[in-house]
Amino acid sequence: MTDSFPAALTGPTSKERKYDRQLRLWAATGQQALEDSRVLLVNSDGPLGYNNKGVSGVAGVETLKNLVLPGIGGFTIVDPATVTESDLGVNFFLEEESLGKSRAEETCRLLREINPDVQGYFYSKNITDLLQDPDFLPRHKLVIVSGPTKRSSLAPLCHVAKELGIPVLYIHSVGFFSSFSVQLPAEFPIVETHPDPESTQDLRLLNPWPELVAAAAKLSDLNSLDDHQHGHVPYILLLLRFLEQWKQSHDGNAPGNYKEKTEFREFVRSQARTSNPEGGEENFDEAAAAVLKTISPFSLRSSIREIFDMDECKQLSPTSQDFWIIASAIKTFYESHSVLPLPGSLPDMKAQSADYISLQNIYKAKARQDVEEVTATVRQLESQLGRQTPAILDREIEVFCRNAAHIKVVRGRSIPQVSIDSDMATWKTIRNQLSMPDSLMPAFIACQILDSVVDEIQSSGQEESLSVDDSGLWNSHTQRILALLNVANGDGIGEDAKQQITDAIQELRRAEGGELHNISSLTGGLVAQEALKVLTRQYVPLDNTCVFDGARSRSEMYRL
Amino acid sequence: MNPEPTFATNEQSRWKSLYNVLSKPGPFADEDWVPGQDTIDALESSKILVIGAGGLGCEILKNLALSGFKDIHVIDMDTIDISNLNRQFLFRQADIGKPKAEVAAAFVQKRVKGVTITPYVGKIQDKDEDYYMQFKIIICGLDSIEARRWINSTLISMVDMEDPESLKPLIDGGTEGFKGQARVILPTLSSCIECQLDMHAPRPAVPLCTIATIPRQPQHCIEWAHQIAWQEKRKDDTFDSDDMEHISWVYNAAHERAQQFHIHGVTFQMTQGVVKNIIPAIASTNAVIAASTTSEVLKIATSCNPYLNNYMMYAGEEGVYTYTFEAEKKADCPVCGNLARKMDVDPNMTLGDFIESLGEKAESQLKKPSMRTEEKTLYQRFPPQLEERTRPNLSLKLKELIEDGQEIAVSDSAYTIDFRFRLNFN
Repeated sequence: MTDSFPAALTGPTSKERKYDRQLRLWAATGQQALEDSRVLLVNSDGPLGYNNKGVSGVAGVETLKNLVLPGIGGFTIVDPATVTESDLGVNFFLEEESLGKSRAEETCRLLREINPDVQGYFYSKNITDLLQDPDFLPRHKLVIVSGPTKRSSLAPLCHVAKELGIPVLYIHSVGFFSSFSVQLPAEFPIVETHPDPESTQDLRLLNPWPELVAAAAKLSDLNSLDDHQHGHVPYILLLLRFLEQWKQSHDGNAPGNYKEKTEFREFVRSQARTSNPEGGEENFDEAAAAVLKTISPFSLRSSIREIFDMDECKQLSPTSQDFWIIASAIKTFYESHSVLPLPGSLPDMKAQSADYISLQNIYKAKARQDVEEVTATVRQLESQLGRQTPAILDREIEVFCRNAAHIKVVRGRSIPQVSIDSDMATWKTIRNQLSMPDSLMPAFIACQILDSVVDEIQSSGQEESLSVDDSGLWNSHTQRILALLNVANGDGIGEDAKQQITDAIQELRRAEGGELHNISSLTGGLVAQEALKVLTRQYVPLDNTCVFDGARSRSEMYRL
Repeated sequence: MNPEPTFATNEQSRWKSLYNVLSKPGPFADEDWVPGQDTIDALESSKILVIGAGGLGCEILKNLALSGFKDIHVIDMDTIDISNLNRQFLFRQADIGKPKAEVAAAFVQKRVKGVTITPYVGKIQDKDEDYYMQFKIIICGLDSIEARRWINSTLISMVDMEDPESLKPLIDGGTEGFKGQARVILPTLSSCIECQLDMHAPRPAVPLCTIATIPRQPQHCIEWAHQIAWQEKRKDDTFDSDDMEHISWVYNAAHERAQQFHIHGVTFQMTQGVVKNIIPAIASTNAVIAASTTSEVLKIATSCNPYLNNYMMYAGEEGVYTYTFEAEKKADCPVCGNLARKMDVDPNMTLGDFIESLGEKAESQLKKPSMRTEEKTLYQRFPPQLEERTRPNLSLKLKELIEDGQEIAVSDSAYTIDFRFRLNFN
């Protein structure tokens, strides 16, 4: 039968083979998005005092490693530091010969070795100097900053990035703690959120469309089927048939509450034949198991309703992102049908091949029909708005329809900073967290104090005489931040919370501002994961801060 | 004014952050812990074994070397494949076909001054208890449940209550796509791999009759081509999932069958995925899990902070989610417990069907079991004479062979120990 075949047409390319294990997650579209991206790493910004040449930047380099491997288009390392002895004890992308050379150049060289498809660039300069060139930042799709860094460098960088819509990740990895925050654009919509496949099933058993009703009606009297046929009726058709029977004896109503559903489930179960050699029927087992999950009227998830109600969705303009044009068309669809477009996928079930395929075709045809309706609305909107941009791709509309129940819009926030200007919501989150005995918020606060200490050292012009481990500096900034927390808290923060903050500071200071390789490597993994999600616009990114505690092997997320 | 203290030796400036952490008391460390040179010495003299030099193993070797461990051994039987290069960063295009353990060990040893990494290319089963006894801690980055179970039961059987040195902490990591887990096992003292077996249930197999007669999914057509068509048409060739010609043949056969049944979606990528049981894998998840395991090794070797008690799961699809908890040690664990594990069975099931079900049940996952009661052998695969003599039992019903509530001992050539189950008729 299959003796010869055109191998070139079927076999994967060497690039597909190399990236096979990740293409199974984000597919060719995600890969293309990565290959179109250049990532900027700002890895240090001058000395942190007399005994510290600057941030060692291992978490940043490890993040890049995890992005170079899957094949981003390119990266830029900005790092004015030269390689010291202590870099060699913590940074894998440096070697003995690197001592005394530019750290930007050396890490760039050794990172490039791990994937020849990726372009690498380096600057042994401060980021502030590079920002003088207005063309510098726009070459990048994402900025990663290794903290702690002084505010006069971080603030303008974050500001320009926000104006350009470029996401920023700000990282700390100090001793056993790490913390990072992401600054996303003001609106960051995601279509391919990759929900759990179980949650994406939409079978429409309570509001079937005419073709599905007809398929169930066409089914013969179950009693007339022989055992083989009876044991192979797809469970969806069984449920539709039994629902009709149920309605006849319940004033035309489908099972509504839990009690009725369990009654209905027992009824379904009782219809299985047990006289056969197997003593039961798999398709009836499947039908009974599906009752609680699938016999429910369609309801729009509140997160989708919120998106429909957003101003961007209600007030389209010629410059609206494609996302909002399609979202608006889907909203129109929902308003006229009270359901979202059918995703069209059908779970596997016990059935004869031909019966399953014809049922699958009914679902696929309906999904196609829904996509066509949404597409027509999109085209109408495009022409009404007089958009100058190229027409939205059919494929994009189709993917959107399939994922309509799981789309997401993240509202980007600035990199958090505990200050007098922090907003109410941030204070509330911090306050709530500090009242919990096991919260990791104290570790976040310790990182904030470190930022303040470093800011003072770097801004003082006295880098030669101050130390990042100076107890006086730590005490004064701790007192200042505790005072802020006290004011924000009304009654002041409790003794327990104070003790936890003291402990977190002590743990953080054990490393004197330095990195441990394990914690930086782990942090580089987490940060790269977020970078991949932001660059591919797939999965759901962090919103907006994560703290990892390597002492107690735990992490937490906060919206600050 | 004074850049680096002049008395500092290279070692001290090289390991500055690490030595700082090991030389200062910490608020979360045990109260009795004494920071300083003794702790540093304990770290540097700890001999560590790494099992697996793949996605996790490459990261683990790097992390251990940069955590100050000086004597590291690594075991892996595999050679480097092109599909490893998207995450196994110690390997290059030119290394394809070479043994992973050797290339990885050489790379890290060259990059990090002062560390010795000893590779062994082969199976963990090649080594005996004397070999495993030389290590302080064993760390696993494996993709096979079977290998994990083997090392777990081996380490548990090595524990001698009179000799604290015989207790080898086992740190295990695993990943799949954006998810993973890290766990710490203190053999005989805490929940073991076998106690947690049902948390890692195998994917249910597609019934043979579906594959043979009523395919509905592209995967069913691929299974047919792989399991049935190959046997019929090419039974003289041993199927090799790494041979492109073999995969292409299966792909084409599957494609043709799919067309006959009007099934869409058979692709080359899916064919490879099904026949090789490919699990998606990315660099970033490996980095998270590998670093979390090596962080535990560092903490156990130095006591500088409490170690994980005993399980951390990680999921990165939606933000960053971890859940740290204590998995339960089970009294009826077939490996570390002393009670037989209860199992509900249908008394009318044949012994043959029961044996097959052990392969799929989450709590057993035994592919080639032999079994006996205290009085008699129910089924024995080896030697051939015994197999022949016990074969007729396969078609007998369980109730004809054993009593309700009777205990059976199950052995499987993949493991060194017997699994005890108490069979309750339902």
